[in-house]
Amino acid sequence: MKKVFGRPKSMKSNPFHYCAGCGHSIAHRLIAEVIDELGIRDRTIGVPPAGCAVLAYNYFDVDMIEAQHGRGPATATGLKRVLPDRIVFSYQGDGDLAAIGTAESFHAANRGENITVIFINNAVYGMTGGQMAPTSILGQKTTTSPVGRNNILDGYPIKISEIFAILPGTTYIERCTVTSPASIVKTKKAIRKAFQYQIDGQGFSLVEILSPCPTNWKMSPPEACRWIEQTMSKEFPLGAIKDLPAEEMKKQQKGK
Amino acid sequence: MQGNKIIGEAAIRAGCRFYAGYPITPQNELPEYMAENLRKVEGGVFIQSESEIAAIHMVIGASAGGARSLTSSSSPGISLKQEGISSLAACELPAVIVNMMRGGPGLGNISPSQGDYFQATKGGGHGDYRMVVLGPASLQEIADLTMDAFDIADEYRIPVMILADGMLGQMMEPVVFKKPKPRNYPESLVMKGAGGGKSKIIRGLILDPLDLEEHIWKLQRKYRMITEREARSELYQTDDAELVIVAYGTASRIAKGAIKRLRKQGLRVGLFRPITLWPFPSQQLRDLAKKVGNFMVFEMSAGQMLEDVLLALQGKARVGFHGRPGGVVPTPIELANVILRKYNGKEGLIDTEL
Ligand SMILES: Cc1ncc(C[n+]2csc(CCOP(=O)(O)OP(=O)(O)O)c2C)c(N)n1
Ligand code: SF4
Repeated sequence: MKKVFGRPKSMKSNPFHYCAGCGHSIAHRLIAEVIDELGIRDRTIGVPPAGCAVLAYNYFDVDMIEAQHGRGPATATGLKRVLPDRIVFSYQGDGDLAAIGTAESFHAANRGENITVIFINNAVYGMTGGQMAPTSILGQKTTTSPVGRNNILDGYPIKISEIFAILPGTTYIERCTVTSPASIVKTKKAIRKAFQYQIDGQGFSLVEILSPCPTNWKMSPPEACRWIEQTMSKEFPLGAIKDLPAEEMKKQQKGK
Repeated sequence: MQGNKIIGEAAIRAGCRFYAGYPITPQNELPEYMAENLRKVEGGVFIQSESEIAAIHMVIGASAGGARSLTSSSSPGISLKQEGISSLAACELPAVIVNMMRGGPGLGNISPSQGDYFQATKGGGHGDYRMVVLGPASLQEIADLTMDAFDIADEYRIPVMILADGMLGQMMEPVVFKKPKPRNYPESLVMKGAGGGKSKIIRGLILDPLDLEEHIWKLQRKYRMITEREARSELYQTDDAELVIVAYGTASRIAKGAIKRLRKQGLRVGLFRPITLWPFPSQQLRDLAKKVGNFMVFEMSAGQMLEDVLLALQGKARVGFHGRPGGVVPTPIELANVILRKYNGKEGLIDTEL
């Protein structure tokens, strides 16, 4: 019989600790599939975040080095600079990338570090129990915005992808989601492209994934997916935000 | 050559291939030297980072990738690096960190000071860890200890700090660079992709308390071994001394000046100079206390190493203290006068109150 579905080689057989309906598990699997398909498992190094994905190294069967909360892109920078022919990705939540590690992420992007960032935006701090994130949308109830995020008291949701897209060091930025089979296929394509750009030496690529956190949103998994489709993606529109072809990138790099 | 540049040159000669740092006075000549010279070396990487936090985490990545890695800063910047230093210790990654101390706390000032001794030697970051701390007193020693720092870091897989101050960083003295030892660092420890084999994990997160406890006891065994093998100190004019000054780094140079003056006046004064601040050379100090009953700690701080001296001597000798915090650099004459006042010859040489 022909085997049509199985565990990616770049994935260990440990069962995920993630909640049912969580987007992290899907994102992990897509990354592992892409690593397999691109045949880069042996030269890939991952940098997991602090956050619900802190144990990502128990799941990916590639070399992994832990980073402190928000520091993934700095650690990835050091690694990639001394091992330029390796494929280095960091995996970050919204608290990790858009709050405590904004500086590290922003500057890695602006330096045009040839790394790939997978950015899981679930509009909440998952691991620490559902506090407000920089990406929580206005009116969203969290444990630290109990009556809903208020722009006067709490500021506005931050659009990392749009901000990073204006940095000349970034080459490919796309926002996707994992709420349906079709969106999962799209997301996988985006992840594949982001890794391919790194393989081609094009510079900083980022894939933002709007990802359900049913537990902290206090929704069922289907409700969480609907909330992303109907509400969250209004604030964070899906699609490619930046895609700089190699030719364009080369022209820019002439100045270097 | 200037102190800060000597560190850069010694590091490159020792095989350092990665530097990341953020400007802060009084150590800027070191990153400037690396920007100019490290990039000329094959495989040499220099990054001016966006912050000290980023720099130390870049060092973590580079160290994991097998490069001899260096970062440098001064007091407020070192406070920011503590998160990463704690991680280096947890993950047992080698790296060298330079602190050209200035006056603190807070922004303080930019004058030479020794106010970061506690932070350096007691572990300014979180958790049960140690790092090796070297306290050079001359530029020749800066050159030598910079090379040793990389060897120690590799051998024990531990962060090593060179703790000096703006005075040593800024001044100039001629130096001779010694021949670096060939690097002995197993490929198996380098994070470089699974390469067909089993994948590797570098981490400090150990959720089970019993497992973490075991990891920490393992680290402590390593720290004990370092204490037994690496503690270093210098004795100066102690053979016939009735009073011994205990001082490190810049303070020890001032103390030597004071001792020379006092010796001319016939006073029997000597110096005990810790070279490793962690591990503190407690045993060497205790051995000296078998012959000498009076010690005076002199620091450019309000009194920090003093606690290690008291711990080492365990009440078996009299200990006094003189300190000038805040970036004040006293002259040898000032220190000689202080020592003279304490040297009364009748009821012991030192007042025991601190
Ligand atoms: C320096 C530091 N501050 C705070 C924390 C606690 N902490 C761990 S994960 C986390 C938030 C994670 O949220 P996010 O990055 O959105 O990831 P998620 O858990 O939602 O996947 C926080 C605040 C930490 N580990 N380190
Ligand atoms: S808390 Fe949220 S982000 Fe974390 S595992 Fe559960 S669903 Fe996923």
